Amino acid sequence: MFDPVSIVVAALIIMGLFFMIVGPIGLIRLPDLFTRAHASGKCDTLGQALILLGLIVYEGFTFDAVKLLLLIIFLYIMSPTATHAIVRAAHILKYHAWKPGEERE
Amino acid sequence: MIDLFTVTGLVLICTIFLCLFRVIIGPGACNRLIAANTIGTKIILLLVLVGYIYGRNLFLDIALAYAMINFLATLAIAKYLEKGCIC
Repeated sequence: MFDPVSIVVAALIIMGLFFMIVGPIGLIRLPDLFTRAHASGKCDTLGQALILLGLIVYEGFTFDAVKLLLLIIFLYIMSPTATHAIVRAAHILKYHAWKPGEERE
Repeated sequence: MIDLFTVTGLVLICTIFLCLFRVIIGPGACNRLIAANTIGTKIILLLVLVGYIYGRNLFLDIALAYAMINFLATLAIAKYLEKGCIC
């Protein structure tokens, strides 16, 4: 269990897991939509990248590692784009942006 | 190493319930859509982890397909919210 490869894999996965936990906490605590979009969009992208990178290190040089790399690259493009589309729709629908001192939604 | 994947999967399931809270409570449609998109990304990771726990390589392809479908669904709903029609 304590050979260097599995230590690197465990470290990467635990770091990815940390970002995966911080994302939803930000999604719940933050006052309005635009701040929540920051929390969920960014934490998800980095969290999945770290966890899948850990799996690539665990997998080594096989065809599955290439699939995982494709998944990471696709999610790197997908997550920010999807979050941008949602926030753009919210901006057009004139969602109220929270200002300090106001009541949170 | 397999039990590390199991623990990661269980923690991911707990974070999905946190996002589910925002899906139910979220004041507007866009709040719910962001939470649903987050849940989708987490499900992709769960698929890959379950694939590794049970040693089946097919789950990677399923995760790739699910990532694409999740992306298209989020874009279509965002466009519907914005314009009122998708076409």
